[in-house]
Amino acid sequence: MRDLFYDLVRRNGMAVSIYLMLAVSLWVFILIILPQLTMLDYSFRFNLPPAKIGGPEDVYTLEQYRYFFQGSGASDGLNTLDIGILFKTLLAAVFVTVFDLIICYPVAFVLAKSSTGAKARLLVLALIVPYWINEILRAFAFRILFGATGVINETGMGLGLWDTPIDFIRQDVALYAGLAYAYILLMIFPLYNAIESLDRNQIEAARDMGANWWQVHAKVVIPYAKPGIASGMTMVFMLTSGALAAPQILGGPSNLWFTQLVYQWFNSGGNWPRGSAYAMVLLIVCIALVLLVMRLFKVSIGEIKQ
Amino acid sequence: MTKEISLEHVWVEFGEFTAVHKANLNIAGGEFFSFLGPSGCGKTTLLRCISGFQEPTRGKVKIGGQDMRGVGPNKRPTALIFQNLALFPLRSVADNIAFPLEVRGVDKKTRRKRADELLELIALPGQGDKKVSELSGGQKQRVAIARALAVEPDILLLDEPLSALDLKLRQHMRTELRAIQKQVGLTFIYITHDQGEALTMSDRIAVMNKGKIEQIGDGKAIYDHPTTSFVASFVGENNVLDGTVLSNDGKVMKIDAGLGTPFTVENHPAGGPALAPGDACHLFVRPEALRLSKDDGAINQFETNFITEEFEGNMRHIVMNASGTDLKLSLINDGTNAIDANTPVKLDFAPEMGIALKPGELASA
Repeated sequence: MRDLFYDLVRRNGMAVSIYLMLAVSLWVFILIILPQLTMLDYSFRFNLPPAKIGGPEDVYTLEQYRYFFQGSGASDGLNTLDIGILFKTLLAAVFVTVFDLIICYPVAFVLAKSSTGAKARLLVLALIVPYWINEILRAFAFRILFGATGVINETGMGLGLWDTPIDFIRQDVALYAGLAYAYILLMIFPLYNAIESLDRNQIEAARDMGANWWQVHAKVVIPYAKPGIASGMTMVFMLTSGALAAPQILGGPSNLWFTQLVYQWFNSGGNWPRGSAYAMVLLIVCIALVLLVMRLFKVSIGEIKQ
Repeated sequence: MTKEISLEHVWVEFGEFTAVHKANLNIAGGEFFSFLGPSGCGKTTLLRCISGFQEPTRGKVKIGGQDMRGVGPNKRPTALIFQNLALFPLRSVADNIAFPLEVRGVDKKTRRKRADELLELIALPGQGDKKVSELSGGQKQRVAIARALAVEPDILLLDEPLSALDLKLRQHMRTELRAIQKQVGLTFIYITHDQGEALTMSDRIAVMNKGKIEQIGDGKAIYDHPTTSFVASFVGENNVLDGTVLSNDGKVMKIDAGLGTPFTVENHPAGGPALAPGDACHLFVRPEALRLSKDDGAINQFETNFITEEFEGNMRHIVMNASGTDLKLSLINDGTNAIDANTPVKLDFAPEMGIALKPGELASA
């Protein structure tokens, strides 16, 4: 920390360095650490009316976490509904992440290795432009696209592929498509960065030594791009499992995303401590899952930040 | 095991630009063949045609008599060693060497055995578990060769593999490459812009310029009997004089180069196209072919003035001026060749050491 500060001073001078350090510290503390700590604190309290806050009943408790695991019943029964929603959310997020990886890898590879100069810039622009539109509007666009009278159903029925409109919303097709689309850029750019720095000769050398295309990717490109893949997957997974707008708009009526549960406790439920506890559970489970997967694939956090 | 390669009227065009201009040649199995030329002369493009990364626009590349059109680089019996070697940094030395076996589905134990054999061959036994980054430049070089040899290709293609090494190591690797080639008996096709490398290692050399093969021959033929002005000026040092052919009786030519008495130059059967009286020509005389005249009236004698001298220990490189043209002169430093800087000096050369060629493009120094 001290070395970092001296280095900053040497490069930018004292005034700029102090400003940078203060700005970054405030940013991290006020916008990240403080709210999370407050949430953590909330999650260990009872949901009391304002009058009783600070009173003798305002003590720390594990009640909110117990509720997540056991539900309202006092018996040992599990809260299968909420736990089930958590697992479904995580599973869906993993699915969306893997799906994003599969569609983004070829795009990133072509962008990094086959296109040059103006063509590459045009491709990048084409990728970015749709994201100038608000996330919620994009979600609604997907709703229209996948609706009973939407373009996809109309086209499908027009071509005679199916007779009655398919309910893409209820079957969560619209939700998965919307989520996959929402964070595509966060997958493409880390992949692009990683692949771009790979020496072209490595690919040609592998080809020359008899590797087919699949082997070139499996044995040369993917191992090299592993940090980029990990970085992209982490971001997409975290954002997908924490997404709220897309599930609200595109999710089927009988299908809750875990964040919607959190939202309900905060909002209509009026139970902030329980909402906090649920949010903490989601956060911890997600981080644990990411760390576990990184351990499995032997990627370190240090590698990712490159 | 070794296969001959033939290029039949190979053209490579990138839009308007012609990278290779009607290349025609045969390389025998087991030969050490070099393409020599300045950068941008098309030698790397030609190599990529042989390895399969580039399809010729016209013409055929045949390996072992078989047309290679449509055969991918992974299906050709060639192995390419890249200029920057392109070793895989995330793999160990042994895994690098065994990569070609791995992609062919050879099991792990056999792979390791073969890698160890090859490590013996390149004199790096027991270093298989090291990381590539732990090796020195020369060792990396040898690992790249071992990797290329792992599946016993018929032809090894080398794209300026020594250019990244320092001088001493480069000279050492020349000897070593030649020794490995002799030992494994493969066809080596070697790309270089360094004439020293080409001359010392190759059985035959093709000198290229601007996409065209100028001359094919062994080192001695290329150096002693160049057939074009480009080859004469690109390979080795050379002095060039503009002249006019006065007579040519098939054995000797008389050439007027504006330096007094016309010069007498012998025709050589391996030399360039014959010149007729009245033709303009380039007359080449190598710095080591010029000598200080022992006595007046010697054949091909002319007068020069001393300009400057570069002392290299065993050799003295002297610049003399003859009627406005600077000439380089290399003399052995044996104490017998004193030059007085202030008086004119007479030089001469033997008739068989002069090379008269049609005027053509000269290599830029």
